[in-house]
Amino acid sequence: MNLFDYARPTTVEEAIAAWAPGASYLAGGTNLVDLMKTGVMQPGKLIDLNRLAGLDRIESLANGDTRVGALVRNADLAHDAGFARAFPMVAEALLSGASGQLRNAATVGGNLMQRTRCAYFQDAHSACNRRTPGAGCDARGGDNATMAVLGWSDSCIATNPSDFGVALAALDAVVEVEGPQGSREIAFADFHLLPGQTPDRETALAQGELVVAVRLPAASAQLRHHSRYLKLRERTSYAFALVSAAAALRLEDGHIVEARLALGAVAARPWRANDAEALLIGQTPSDELFKRAADVALTGATPSGDNAHKIELARRTAARALALAAIGTPKRMPAFPASLFGEHAHV
Amino acid sequence: MSFSISLTVNGTPREVTLEDARVTLLDLLRERLDLPGTKKGCDRGQCGACTVLVNGRRINSCLALAVTLDGAEVTTIEGLADGDHLHPVQAAFIAHDGFQCGYCTPGQIMSAVGLIAEGQAGCDADRIREGMSGNLCRCAAYHGITEAVLDASRRMGTDTEGAAA
Repeated sequence: MNLFDYARPTTVEEAIAAWAPGASYLAGGTNLVDLMKTGVMQPGKLIDLNRLAGLDRIESLANGDTRVGALVRNADLAHDAGFARAFPMVAEALLSGASGQLRNAATVGGNLMQRTRCAYFQDAHSACNRRTPGAGCDARGGDNATMAVLGWSDSCIATNPSDFGVALAALDAVVEVEGPQGSREIAFADFHLLPGQTPDRETALAQGELVVAVRLPAASAQLRHHSRYLKLRERTSYAFALVSAAAALRLEDGHIVEARLALGAVAARPWRANDAEALLIGQTPSDELFKRAADVALTGATPSGDNAHKIELARRTAARALALAAIGTPKRMPAFPASLFGEHAHV
Repeated sequence: MSFSISLTVNGTPREVTLEDARVTLLDLLRERLDLPGTKKGCDRGQCGACTVLVNGRRINSCLALAVTLDGAEVTTIEGLADGDHLHPVQAAFIAHDGFQCGYCTPGQIMSAVGLIAEGQAGCDADRIREGMSGNLCRCAAYHGITEAVLDASRRMGTDTEGAAA
């Protein structure tokens, strides 16, 4: 690990004032400290956010929206009874990620800022345009079975690894940001950038900007009775997604009046499938319908290497997640959240 | 640049001066505070051998920079027993043979203590398996580990049927 300066501000203003080129904000550290140990990240200064006042709250706003402070820990958010009741899909996504220890440390803001798990990004000795602009991409000719099938470019085929983010994308979350130029809001759908020719630019944040909260609109809680997160992985717990899907429906008189669908681990950002949602409106739930919607969701998907199987895997995961959502949100969180195993896993 | 921090480790106040900010809680415990019970496995947050409680919550001490923990209460495996009286989770690991080589055991036990305090798994074996998934055991003593955590959870009276979904 490189030597670095350390600052421990107590207000957001102090934190932003402490920022300088080469500095990194530190929250739970579960991703950043790991990447510093391997030398993939070498910040000249760490700005420790853990003493910032007021960012660890889950609040109901006057307009009915829910505001989650950036320092709320993943475990605390998932186990907050009111939050889990309103947004069960978000809680299921959170609990399907990482381990109990990591969820106790990892934060809401940090989850949005986590880096890709692409093995070539994670290995400081491999060529990676995301890490070093212009260096090339060893993933293109390498072991790329888990890489992107949507929105990738010749420069980068890495995926965003977040589970939480997939549910946030489906539920129209908004990111509250503060920075040297003041405060602003970014639609979650616009927060993570597709690689294009500048994969090193991963988010819409400007230099020195800090995520202070994530907001979920009141309207998204209306989908709570039919919402699921489904995640395929190489083991039932404590693994990143091969493919995942967040699906939610609002049903009236047996018809779908509102639908949400987002896919995870298929692109450099959580992938919202608006066209598939549009196809579902006004229809009666059926496996055939969900299969058609899943086909639409994967329109335009192409292999970025030895990963054509991911396209079919994503189709089936999307269709299955919609079918599970149609059955209804489980009364209690499944023992194995978002898993194909155990209770609440079968259509 | 050096940093002075105060920690309460297993109930004892400790004042520590760090030469620089890179020291993890894991290395501080093992190398500086003479508490080698907490084990270094992967040192990357993947194996759980370094699990300790910080302010009552289980975390991976290998990913926690000590400088960020000024004022925290830390509990390690050395702080669990009351003299010669083992903690119920320690006793259950012995009773159910929850280990083979023992290297992951301090982390398993600290993780189980944290899990039981969280109150989400109760006495449901699947929820315990899920809740303990952050602790790897290369000897694969998982059956005994699950039985031990189930038993300790029952003895500690923490069944939480109907806990928050």
